[in-house]
Amino acid sequence: MKKLTCIICPRGCRLEAQEIDGDILVKGHACPKGEAFAKSELTHPMRCLTTSVKTCFPELPWLPVRTGKDIAKEDIPRILREIRRYRLEKEVHCGDILIENVAGSGSPLIATLECCADSLARKE
Amino acid sequence: MKKYDVVIIGAGPAGLAAAVSAREEDASVLVIEREARPGGILKQCIHDGFGLIRYREKLSGCEYASREILKTRESGAEIQTLSFVSRITKLEKGFVLLLSSRHGMSNIFARSLILATGCRERTARQVAVHGTRPAGVLTAGTAQYYLNVLGQLPGKRCVILGSGDIGLIMARRLTLEGAEVLGVYEAKSEPGGLSRNLYQCLEDFDIPLHLSTTVLEVHGKERVQGVTLVKVDENLTPLPGTEEDLSCDALILSVGLIPENELAQNLGAVIDPVTKGPVADEDGMTSVPGLFSCGNAYHVSDLADYVSESGERAGRAAAVWTPGNIPSTLPVTAEKNLLYVVPQGIRRQPQEKIVFYFRCSRTLQGAILRVRLGENEILQKHYDILRPAEIEKVILNLSGKDLCSCERLTFSLEEL
Repeated sequence: MKKLTCIICPRGCRLEAQEIDGDILVKGHACPKGEAFAKSELTHPMRCLTTSVKTCFPELPWLPVRTGKDIAKEDIPRILREIRRYRLEKEVHCGDILIENVAGSGSPLIATLECCADSLARKE
Repeated sequence: MKKYDVVIIGAGPAGLAAAVSAREEDASVLVIEREARPGGILKQCIHDGFGLIRYREKLSGCEYASREILKTRESGAEIQTLSFVSRITKLEKGFVLLLSSRHGMSNIFARSLILATGCRERTARQVAVHGTRPAGVLTAGTAQYYLNVLGQLPGKRCVILGSGDIGLIMARRLTLEGAEVLGVYEAKSEPGGLSRNLYQCLEDFDIPLHLSTTVLEVHGKERVQGVTLVKVDENLTPLPGTEEDLSCDALILSVGLIPENELAQNLGAVIDPVTKGPVADEDGMTSVPGLFSCGNAYHVSDLADYVSESGERAGRAAAVWTPGNIPSTLPVTAEKNLLYVVPQGIRRQPQEKIVFYFRCSRTLQGAILRVRLGENEILQKHYDILRPAEIEKVILNLSGKDLCSCERLTFSLEEL
């Protein structure tokens, strides 16, 4: 039996997951998402990766980014290596895709902050 | 002198939400922000987990802030950045604010005033860490600013003191960016942050969490060279003979947040000694008529979503408040096993939906929340587990209830 904490929402349900005859039995979840999380956690743990990328803009030297979808937990170091090589050379909007399929993870890398002339210069 | 119906100090999530809801009531609104951009601390929160309640989506702090800023701009509220309120004078029909900005000093009149000034981190000196004062001792929020905004790693071998959420988030962030996090040390016998953060920030990266252990002393002249750790008893008193030296180049503190209320105190608002924020009613109105408090300045929340919610309520109430209207309030008290309940009082007008937040005083494995109006129990709610680190929200329907003849509304937790 494995003890887990659900990370899907702030409630943080304490889960117990047990593999019985190829089936995974989950206890302690308050919603179906918790059950799905526990099953994924035992077979192929997934995470959202958030970090930042270097930009060419002195007003915003680092742009926060995240994976658009959850990626395999074990791929985090490899994906981070690719993200570190990236440098943003153009203006982007919050939500824009920077890399389509980052390090072959199946997820895009998206900007999570405005980075355009308007937002860079804006000082009310 | 420029006049507004509602002036809001602070353009973080609480202030922005307050601005939007005050505009919805057609009030003229000014938001004053001392930094160059609105968004508050969310600007440096690049991690995800925001907005699950408010938007039913998982957003990063920056994305959440972007949405709130956009809504505020669309609402027609004015935002004045790089401006600082240095003095507030209370008049009979409102407030006069002395504002310092790039245009010099000016006075602004506000019919009602909302303080959305957020909170501040406790520092090393506030938690009795002794020793030298070298570079490399910083709060988790400062480390977050260095790393996420400036792109600078604050240390390569880091010790984290305190298990608050920002400390846990930074443990993961520092690890991802190539620093070694030697451990998270917590003086209390229970961890401080959300359970999900203990799991996804520490367990995911095999970062050890040491409970009942604190930093006694910092070593190093120019730069941190190490710390002395010590075990403590349940009263947080160091246990002699358990000292242990650990070499590191950074000590990062996540040892609690204190609501920022210098302005409220100067105006004479009564401060709650437990929450460290003003005493207020369900709309966030403090003991000073026309002065409202919301977000982390009122009481420290775990979630930005709750902060926005409290801003919304204060904004709406501040917009419709008229000077001279001082409602009678029914006191709300926190009894057994509760650290606090907010609001500390409610208007004696029956309403369908009043939102309360509470924190328990210790971890309870199974508990029943009981709410009594005078002598009558009006709510019973069961909880599987309650932790002081995690705030709980409960909504009461008081329509049809007689709030005038009873003395108080009482919350208590019964352990099962």
